[in-house]
Amino acid sequence: MSKPLIGVILGAVLGAIDGLTAWFTPAVRDQLGGIVVGSTIKGIIAGIAIGFFAKKFHSLPIGILFGVIIGAFLAFLVALMQGGYYLEIVLPGTIVGLIVGFATQKYGKSPAPANS
Amino acid sequence: MKWLSDGKLNHLRTIVNDPDFSSTKYTFIKELGRGGMGTVYLAEDRELNRLVAVKVLNAPEVTEDVRRRMIREAQIIAGLEHPGIVPVHDVGTLPDGQVFYAMKFVRGSRLDEYAAQGASLRDRMRKFQAVCDAVAFAHAHGVIHRDLKPQNIMIGSFGEVLVLDWGVAKVRPQMNADEHRSIRVHARQSASNQTMDGTVIGTRDYMSPEQARGEVDRIDERADVYSLGAVLHFLLAGQGSKTAKAICLKAMAQVTESRYASASELSADIGRLLDAEPVLAYRENTFERVSRWVGKNRFLVLLILAYLLMRIFLIFTSRP
Repeated sequence: MSKPLIGVILGAVLGAIDGLTAWFTPAVRDQLGGIVVGSTIKGIIAGIAIGFFAKKFHSLPIGILFGVIIGAFLAFLVALMQGGYYLEIVLPGTIVGLIVGFATQKYGKSPAPANS
Repeated sequence: MKWLSDGKLNHLRTIVNDPDFSSTKYTFIKELGRGGMGTVYLAEDRELNRLVAVKVLNAPEVTEDVRRRMIREAQIIAGLEHPGIVPVHDVGTLPDGQVFYAMKFVRGSRLDEYAAQGASLRDRMRKFQAVCDAVAFAHAHGVIHRDLKPQNIMIGSFGEVLVLDWGVAKVRPQMNADEHRSIRVHARQSASNQTMDGTVIGTRDYMSPEQARGEVDRIDERADVYSLGAVLHFLLAGQGSKTAKAICLKAMAQVTESRYASASELSADIGRLLDAEPVLAYRENTFERVSRWVGKNRFLVLLILAYLLMRIFLIFTSRP
């Protein structure tokens, strides 16, 4: 499995779980469908970016750092659009970025070196 | 009459037993070890100014057959150029007619000593895998060791693994012509395989059943696989997972066909065990498969658990 694909799958799964937890917040429960879809798309975008980064740069700490930054940034944008819930959105988004950053560095096939 | 002291007498006895290296480029230093066929001495190569291990025949009378055996052993090892097989530098004859060959002097400890020094199970398994790779290389060149045991495996001071004592090795006649040439074993010797049917050679505790029965014709690579299994059994010393024990049992199967087909197959299974991958020798259930996956991906699992815990924490703390 390629690194971007691992990023997409993990980002989508964790993003969907992230969105589903909105069910526990009664105030937004009626918007659950939209939240899950939005959160999954956010996870997929983060996964693609982190996965392609991992394909280019092979460094666990830098990969994790990049994941954290992307996760936090995308979650921050979502929180900005929501106009609140910064901690509830940015903190999990950051950790999802960290997990995807770690997983894409650790797992998945690196591209074979090109023949000269 | 002047009597010799016990000390002088012992010294004379030792000198008489020491090999006469006077016509060679080697200077005798000390005896390193004595085996069934020969004695290994530490000597100095005066030309290249380095220490070497010199193996000299034990036989009081050097028959042509014994001479040929010794030269054949040197030729077999010389033909096997591999980092896991001790290289032979020179072969020759001493003034008294004894055949000798000089090989690399390996500083380090024998596998049994290494294991006794408290090496971790993982380290022992890694060394064992290196032994399997060296034996697989020999098999690929048509050579079967037939006396694999911890005492014949050295761990060098830099962790390198070397398989020694190829004195009873068997050269399979189906090798191709090039390999025959590279090993340069005389055709008559390889045809007879040096051992007549019914002759038991090797070390009992590490010997395959077919070898113990003296069935020379039935001895192939899988006899070495059995011995490797016995070495693994020694290294596990009652420790090790079910999977490691299953590998050991498969390698030591009484029925030849039930063993690993080759040392490289055994080595691959050890590699899979070290990488926490499923092994050929053991069919695991779902719970074991999940446990192995969790064990292998411990950090990722911890991260996901931490994420879920954080999620639960946020759910309860953000409630109005």
